[in-house]
Amino acid sequence: MVQKDLQTEPESLDRVDGRPKVTGTATYSAEYAVGNLAHSVLITSTIAKGRIKNINAKAAEESPGVLAVISHLNSPGVPGYPPAKQPAEPAPVGTAFRVFYDELIYFNGQPVAMVVAETLEQANHAASLITIGYEIATHQTDFEANLSKSAVALSVQRSKNSPFQDYGRGNPEAFDAAEVKIEATYTIPTQHHQPMEPHAIIAVWEGEDKLTVYDKNQGVKSAQGNLAQAFKLARENVKVNAQFIGGAFGSGIRVWPHTVAAVLAAKKLKRPVKLVLGRELMFTSVGYRPYTVQKIAIGASKNGILTAMNHEGTGQTSAYEEHLERTILATRAMYACPNVFTKYRLLNLDVNTPTWMRGPGDATGMFALESALDEMAFALHIDPLEFRLQNHADTDPERNLPWSAKSLKECYELGAEKFGWKNRLPAPRSMQKDGMLVGYGMASSLYGFHRHPSKARAVFSRKGSVVVQSATMDIGPGTGTAMTRIASKILGVSPGKIRFDLGDSSLPDAPGQNGSSTIPSVGSAVHVACEALKTKLLKLASEIPGLNLQPDQMTIKNGRIFNLTDASGGISLSDVLKYHNLEQVEVTEESKSGAERDQYSMYSFGCHFIEVHVSPLTGEVRVKRVVTCADVGKIINYKTARSQSIGGIAGGIGMALMEASVMDHRFGRYITNDFVSYHIPVYADVPQIDVIYVDKPDVHVNPIGSKGLGEIAIVGVAAAIANAVFHATGKRVRDLPITVEKLI
Amino acid sequence: MKPFLYYRPKTVKDAIAAVASHPDARFIAGGTNLIDLMKRGIVSPEKLVDINHLPLKKIEQKGGFLRIGALALNSEVANHKTVLQKHPLLAQALHAGASGQLRNMATVGGNILQRTRCNYFYDTAFPCNKRTPGSGCGAWEGINRMHAIFGTNEKSGQDSCIAVHPSDMCVALLALDAVVLVTGQQGERRIPFGDFHRLPGDNPELDSNLLNNELILAVEIPDAPLTRHVHYLKVRDRASYAFALVSVAVALEIDQNNIKTARLTMGGVAHKPWRFPEAEKIMTGQPVSESVFQQAAEAAMQGGRALEHNAYKLKLGANAIVQALKTAVGKA
Repeated sequence: MVQKDLQTEPESLDRVDGRPKVTGTATYSAEYAVGNLAHSVLITSTIAKGRIKNINAKAAEESPGVLAVISHLNSPGVPGYPPAKQPAEPAPVGTAFRVFYDELIYFNGQPVAMVVAETLEQANHAASLITIGYEIATHQTDFEANLSKSAVALSVQRSKNSPFQDYGRGNPEAFDAAEVKIEATYTIPTQHHQPMEPHAIIAVWEGEDKLTVYDKNQGVKSAQGNLAQAFKLARENVKVNAQFIGGAFGSGIRVWPHTVAAVLAAKKLKRPVKLVLGRELMFTSVGYRPYTVQKIAIGASKNGILTAMNHEGTGQTSAYEEHLERTILATRAMYACPNVFTKYRLLNLDVNTPTWMRGPGDATGMFALESALDEMAFALHIDPLEFRLQNHADTDPERNLPWSAKSLKECYELGAEKFGWKNRLPAPRSMQKDGMLVGYGMASSLYGFHRHPSKARAVFSRKGSVVVQSATMDIGPGTGTAMTRIASKILGVSPGKIRFDLGDSSLPDAPGQNGSSTIPSVGSAVHVACEALKTKLLKLASEIPGLNLQPDQMTIKNGRIFNLTDASGGISLSDVLKYHNLEQVEVTEESKSGAERDQYSMYSFGCHFIEVHVSPLTGEVRVKRVVTCADVGKIINYKTARSQSIGGIAGGIGMALMEASVMDHRFGRYITNDFVSYHIPVYADVPQIDVIYVDKPDVHVNPIGSKGLGEIAIVGVAAAIANAVFHATGKRVRDLPITVEKLI
Repeated sequence: MKPFLYYRPKTVKDAIAAVASHPDARFIAGGTNLIDLMKRGIVSPEKLVDINHLPLKKIEQKGGFLRIGALALNSEVANHKTVLQKHPLLAQALHAGASGQLRNMATVGGNILQRTRCNYFYDTAFPCNKRTPGSGCGAWEGINRMHAIFGTNEKSGQDSCIAVHPSDMCVALLALDAVVLVTGQQGERRIPFGDFHRLPGDNPELDSNLLNNELILAVEIPDAPLTRHVHYLKVRDRASYAFALVSVAVALEIDQNNIKTARLTMGGVAHKPWRFPEAEKIMTGQPVSESVFQQAAEAAMQGGRALEHNAYKLKLGANAIVQALKTAVGKA
């Protein structure tokens, strides 16, 4: 088995943009020095449903420095919206929220007006002078109280092939007939991405029909398309720049209303406008992981073979849009079980629309499934790891296809060995240390493989440097570093001479950074582009007389082309271009999936082993040790991959132990709308994390053999922690987060 | 935020006059709380009197007590040699509060006067009697997981306040019998720590008994043989940088396994740092034992009154007291 770590991969690259990031020279969206910039703040609704009766903006408009107060009453209008009706009518379900469109309020925290001023302070002060009158309607925001109203999503009803249709394989009575049964309900609360960098935009109109935005998002190309559509502009006339992103976790996948609002304001004022969301607005402006309730029923034989798995998930969505996520899908593919039934429902509430948050659906679903597996293993008196091994799916039980690659058994073995799983005493509350209850827990993880068509341009210039470009993103994983590594290996040029450009919509097409698809998609494009560039360079070299370069012998290393048989001969790449009188050699290539998608089932797999200590008196849980092991195909750059895994584990610790957005349903408004009350892990919460990869290329997925890592890093973590807490305390917590009152 | 005047006085007298001469003026020191309050529109003073340059930073041992200047930084106090030697409980409590960066800005006076972190207080879209007297208490029938179990009564319902005082330092100062030295237009006065903060009653907008225009000069901690068996236990939702669900300060003087003196205070449970004289009495004269600790804990939590989401604090409080006492005597 191949196991990669810092010792075995000392050539692992440091982050190519690490220095500008830590020295503060990296420019984030809100930091672009744009001339004549106006500053804006959003005013948001303080009711959850109803109508705006009036907006008293007189004092604000007369306040020093104020340039405009914009609302539905005077918005220049978004050309892509249909004309507003009089009186306003609620938009049909499936309509993205339209900013400053009409007087209707759909959720608490909805943008209702915007103040634009010469300075941020002036805008803020003026905003405090505005009063808004509402006609309040009865709202429904309480998930538990409204659960009976959940239903199959309209979009699923309309689509026979939707994966969210009710699913079944095998015998529906299998659960009833099972020798041993577990039935339980698992709940996760609403959780927010809350990246350190708040969402921000600077919108600049260059004339009537050209727009440039510096906008925090996870996909410059999709933002470009979206803004072009909204403002009826030619796509190429919209430039979106998002070179540096201070974390996003999914909050930047969509173009949100605040972005449109800033573009509108800039249009109205004919000058650049900046908008930075305050932390409290980050709770209602850019989506969240939806409140989800899951019922799981598992049956097994006494000797530990799964005979039935029924999984029902219901997620929260807004009144105007349907957000669906993979909650119940993993259950169909994860274990070799002949009888599996899943249902997925949505509950429309008077809240803003949720969105994808790291490991969307899978992190939620696998919390329930892997908790239930643990409950069953306990009921069967079988070691939780052994139970999973006994039910390992050697082929995809859902699609009846072979896996493109699966090294989950190796993950279990490597992880268990490193963690010392064999030292676990089976009984709950049986292990103690320094007066603390000690728990060992584990969980499996999986994440589907996503690859989208991607392009990359690779340019070799005569001075010996390489520029590789793609309109991909880096929300934190180190995209540029990984791509540099890929290019360097193929082109035989040292990483220091390679520059990778991203985050700019004028670059070659690439998908947004989501669904762990960047390395599989863009990495493949960079690979084929660099291979094509290499072929071109070799061909040019072979045309130079006197060098005796043999096509089947040629290689590139350290910026030189030579025959493998004669390392001292050959020619430098620069001289190749000089000979041909070329300034540069350039290629642009596209890479995408083919028929292999129908021949193989493609997933990443992994597992987490976690030790927690629980105070028997105060119920405080501290994660003391984590070993995480993943099979994501070939690892491109160990150091940045490891950081990504660590970040995922930290996110999982937050999900398990502290993250919860709590709403006061009398107002339909979050009471946890700051960092005082919405807790994310601090350093002291994140212990030693050992990261292990089964570093085997998956030859069926793409030319680089690499699958994504971002999501699988968090999937299963919450379950592993909950399972460890059960082992430590004997208490099974099925509703996250696991706070002290649930344990004392 | 609202535009405001800024004034930097040279003397204490000048500072008090500057605040007294303006109907809506506030002192500002570290600003770690006031700036947040201003940014979120909870307070909008028209004038800030910056006292950072006043000579109130000294930490000095006087005859029989340690005097800590109101402008001494939380981090300076927490790491001060005399504090560590003579009042380790205070150092522990300070280290449990906020973050390193905040402790480097926050002053002792500011820490005492920090406002509650009640969510309803912090969001102007909610009713809050403390922020807007008469608007109602959002937490009373709302989400009250973080709220008070002591010092509330019928008056604490819709018309009053169930918020808790957020300070860690104050919980230790109360246990150490500290005295707050203040000055104002009527001259200096000394306020025993237990009398400094107040219960909400009919005026939930008032956190303390400090009069308008009065300025905290220093905190004085009397010498006491409470150095060895002390512990500050803070129970919170994460390992660091979170306000207490409950916190416990214990200080014991033990003579041959007998408890000579006991101090027991708690944070996160009332509108002010809370002391348990009954529980202290129960322990005094008793041998060090877990059963005595348990009796004290039970006695302490008697009279605690739970709301919808904070009933756990009754049990957690008792458990935390036992845990803190056990730790203080080295038997955790």
